Amino acid sequence: MVEFWWSYAWPTLWIVIQILFIVVPLLIVVAYLTYAERKVIGLMQLRMGPNVVGPFGLLQPFADALKLMTKELIIPTGANRVVFLLAPMLTFILAMVGWAVIPVAEGWVLSDINVGILYLFAISSLGVYGIIMAGWASNSKYPFLGALRSAAQMVSYEVSIGFVIITVLLAVGSLNLTDIVLAQKDVWFFIPLLPMFIVFVVSALAETNRAPFDLPEAEAELVTGYNVEYSAMAFALFFLGEYANMVLMSGMTVILFLGGWLPPLDIAIFNWVPGIIWFALKVSAILFVFLWVRATLPRYRYDQLMRLGWKVFLPASLLWVVVTAGAIVVFDWYPGVVN
Amino acid sequence: MAMLDRTARSLLLAEIIAGLWLTLKYFFKPKVTLNYPYEKGLISPRFRGEHALRRYPNGEERCIACKLCEAICPAQAITIEAEPRTDGSRRTTRYDIDMTKCIYCGFCQEACPVDAIVEGPNFEFATETREELMYDKEKLLTNGDRWESELAAAISADAPYR
Repeated sequence: MVEFWWSYAWPTLWIVIQILFIVVPLLIVVAYLTYAERKVIGLMQLRMGPNVVGPFGLLQPFADALKLMTKELIIPTGANRVVFLLAPMLTFILAMVGWAVIPVAEGWVLSDINVGILYLFAISSLGVYGIIMAGWASNSKYPFLGALRSAAQMVSYEVSIGFVIITVLLAVGSLNLTDIVLAQKDVWFFIPLLPMFIVFVVSALAETNRAPFDLPEAEAELVTGYNVEYSAMAFALFFLGEYANMVLMSGMTVILFLGGWLPPLDIAIFNWVPGIIWFALKVSAILFVFLWVRATLPRYRYDQLMRLGWKVFLPASLLWVVVTAGAIVVFDWYPGVVN
Repeated sequence: MAMLDRTARSLLLAEIIAGLWLTLKYFFKPKVTLNYPYEKGLISPRFRGEHALRRYPNGEERCIACKLCEAICPAQAITIEAEPRTDGSRRTTRYDIDMTKCIYCGFCQEACPVDAIVEGPNFEFATETREELMYDKEKLLTNGDRWESELAAAISADAPYR
């Protein structure tokens, strides 16, 4: 019995506790991201944003959650019930599991696997299944069109994201996310790899279906696209999943280009601040850019979106992979073989 | 040269950055929102809101049942019945306005020879049931008593322009 406890039950319990320590703050962040979005966009449009529920409207996310939980879940008659209900769960779960490998501070990571970046890439690519399933299972026109667009868009931009990741990997020499962060001790990668940084951020916008690439949910033509038929908690799961994906992509950006939990300068005052604070600040900054861009730019046309993905980003990122690889070989900048 | 210029601009994301800069400036500007239930916009003296039947200062109701308002009402929202009172004066026995029919054109108050029926400054009279919007004489007179100071002020403010 004692052996069962120490060799099986306790490790399981410990992992569950760790998961809760990641997921609960993450859900709070996601809830407040919806608040921040409404507030930031409101302020940029000379409005106030939510300001009634609680001081400065800070309790608004909880009011929204309560509303969505008490609403009725409607399943359309023509829908495939199982897939219809599975789709939002899948979207939400995929947005959560990505965080298993994200190091939020030195050693603060659930599983420090050696192929962390590949895992993240795979998880973020799987996200399209939730949307495709929702669009198909709804058995309705708008969701179907939205899902088709979303699939095509995510596949297109994943290609350039892949090349961006390869550039970073060339500069690091490891697929482990902790190693990637530690390799930026001297200079954050967004300085030497600035074009790739921009390509990555823009592709991240496209990958998370955010403005100006929010064609899958284009309110004007598709009345929010793939989640038209969803209501109550199923809708909330999509919503949470989408915003959690934004946080995940921001986390990826920070780890790949902005030095993860490392302070901006290696001096005492900055080093006193815990790494997780730096990580949170950087993620917030990237998320602010996401919202800022949404308040600024109009939606792309579909052909412009495809043109940007295939004719601009793909050649540009491919070229930069070659340039980076060439520079590493010519100047003998082989990333110190990570021991 | 023009092409080089254009290429450089698009590669350096010049226009997107200009746009982002503009929204960032607006982010810090003072907001124009009126915090509605707590702050309200100014209302013109000619504002045509909820109806009211006014009284003379001695408490006598103004309406003489001439039915001009009933006749002019384009939505036919007003219903009036009248008979002489014991003191011989002509007064309404029934004065109903169907507020769900009313189009707030203000013809009734224009037609009224004695400034009895008026549209006041109140626009916050939403109700939970449709029946509550079938105003009768009693309701209209109560409105008149409640809003008399505002109504008199609005009429005197608008008087020089008539």
